[in-house]
Amino acid sequence: MSSSIPSSASYEPTGQGLPVRTGPLLEIENLSTHYVSSRGTRVVRAVDQVSLRINAGETLGIVGESGSGKSTLALTILRVLPPAARIVSGKMLFEGEDLLQKSDVEMQHVRGKRIAMILQDPMASLNPLFTIGDQVAEPIRVHEGTPRATAWRRARELLKAVRIPAPETRLTQYPHEMSGGMRQRIVGAIGISCEPRLLIADEPTTSLDLTIQAQYLNLLRELQRAHGLALIFITHNLGIVAKMCDQLAVMYAGRVVEAGPVSRIFNAPAHPYTEALLNSIPRVSDSTQRLTAIEGQPPDLAALPPGCAFAPRCVKVFDRCRVEAPPEFTPGGRRTARCWLASNSTPSDVLVQSGAA
Amino acid sequence: MAVLEAAALTKHFQARRGIFGGDRGVVRAVDGISFTIEPRRTLGVVGESGCGKTTTAKLVLGLEDPTGGTIRFEGRDLQGLDTAGRRHYRKSVQAVFQDPYASLNPRMRVHAIIAEPLVTNETLSAAEARSRVLHLLDLVGLPPRAADLFPHEFSGGQRQRIAIARALALSPKLIVLDEPVSALDVSIRAQILNLLRDLQAELGLSYVFIAHDLAAVAHMSHTIVVMYLGKIVESGDARTLTRSPKHPYTEALFSAALPSHPDERREEIILSGEVPSPLNPPSGCRFHPRCPHAMARCGEEEPMLADVEGRLVACHLYDTAERRAPIRIAAGVSPVS
Repeated sequence: MSSSIPSSASYEPTGQGLPVRTGPLLEIENLSTHYVSSRGTRVVRAVDQVSLRINAGETLGIVGESGSGKSTLALTILRVLPPAARIVSGKMLFEGEDLLQKSDVEMQHVRGKRIAMILQDPMASLNPLFTIGDQVAEPIRVHEGTPRATAWRRARELLKAVRIPAPETRLTQYPHEMSGGMRQRIVGAIGISCEPRLLIADEPTTSLDLTIQAQYLNLLRELQRAHGLALIFITHNLGIVAKMCDQLAVMYAGRVVEAGPVSRIFNAPAHPYTEALLNSIPRVSDSTQRLTAIEGQPPDLAALPPGCAFAPRCVKVFDRCRVEAPPEFTPGGRRTARCWLASNSTPSDVLVQSGAA
Repeated sequence: MAVLEAAALTKHFQARRGIFGGDRGVVRAVDGISFTIEPRRTLGVVGESGCGKTTTAKLVLGLEDPTGGTIRFEGRDLQGLDTAGRRHYRKSVQAVFQDPYASLNPRMRVHAIIAEPLVTNETLSAAEARSRVLHLLDLVGLPPRAADLFPHEFSGGQRQRIAIARALALSPKLIVLDEPVSALDVSIRAQILNLLRDLQAELGLSYVFIAHDLAAVAHMSHTIVVMYLGKIVESGDARTLTRSPKHPYTEALFSAALPSHPDERREEIILSGEVPSPLNPPSGCRFHPRCPHAMARCGEEEPMLADVEGRLVACHLYDTAERRAPIRIAAGVSPVS
């Protein structure tokens, strides 16, 4: 692999024309991760029967509120769960190999090398006692056995790729000498250092200012195009999804309640939760309208209601929702929705209903 | 009459540098800003970290004393207030902060939390205090039994309601809302924003609304001021300003706001660089090193706020003397529709 990072201009956008194998890059089937209390009395179904797929070069947004299981899902993909968590069932096929069948040692060769992750707080993911150069070069040295000097040269190229001015000086500096935006870009550089196929970004811009966020999101998109990266964006911010993602999965109480192409979901949400979420966001363009709030609170994952978890807050609830949890329906157009309303109506019917309400 | 008027409000902090205390710098956190808050209206304050929003909030709350300029509350200068006047001011101006997990004492019951400002400021019997608390809980949409519970028994949205009830306890005129919804879950934010708007209409409150989320500020505010490194760069009617920002910084800020729909395509202005340190702000216009329209004089001469199409803008692009010439083209940028 070459150490230089090509400019984005010479690359086709999102996935086309890239040397990819056919089929999804990552395919998750019926995955469940539960947290079990030490006596086994309390079970929190943080991730429950989740099925997702992402193709090479694609961007998947996973949206949910705190406690919806989106971060646990990311930790499950990398298999870096806390001790209380159990992967109860499912398959995770990454480039055709089941990650759940791999030994811990084999997983070490996946993490950082083939799947990398960017976390929310760059100060917490950088070690304050090591120089930037050591930290950017570390995964290259570990995964590729590259000698220090060569790895540092690569690190310099990487800092340049993430638009750090004067990379030579920055390499010998420590994290506290950088601003928040710069630290987050360094974490991004570490993420792409071994040219992974999949990059998982967990709320990567929450700690950044607006203009810095815009810079960073553009940078991620350029890196994605240049490297044919698949990106998973974990966020609570639908604006980031609208700006960055091709595919969307909406999580509620540990389950994916709706998934599909972003523009289809934004234009005609099939699940009432997605619809309510989209309507509850204030918009810069129209400020007079009263927001449609979602009443009530997200449920306690250890004591979920029977039936659909969203039923107590749903404006379209009917008797069946309260007793029987809906399975995953496929209302057409590469979409899935866990809602009884999606079982017999096409998504456009749902939209008409909501328009009248 | 305006509820609150700030004129040339300034707060400089002394920064200590060097072990012997010499070579002291001055952080110009807030540097000569003026704004007016009308009754029943919301003033939105927008800007990135380090722009002075929080210092402005502290000055309005009386938590910091200005190093220059004046704040007039209901026509009276705060500097000249006696103890009684000061007390009245403190009762009339309240605050709701970002994190309802940090702003509520975990060892106090909700009743005691909400009653505390009442008990310290008024002489009330226990029964009177109780009925006032129940009324306040009702105002913010919490059931009466909430009074006997502790903060940990509530979700984030409910805690923020408790914090709002406490702010309302002394029937204030003005509430400073510093990022009141950013710590809350997305599905809860709309509940709180709606509640704040209802309370404003019902109780005739004025708000200072500070937030990162531009859409939330646009939604809540009547007037918006945009700050950059301690200065106001643009201010005006919320709708005018959000629909057609004039200052290059406001333009960039609003273009950086995330779209609400994937089909929404707009011109993106990506600023280079980061906000400079307020310890050593750039000369002339403080935005000029990052400004896509910067001209030679921007680095030399500080632009003053001046009227441009019904709002105030501090930018040399709109200097009247040069307005006749197509400035934007001269600056190497095609005209923006």
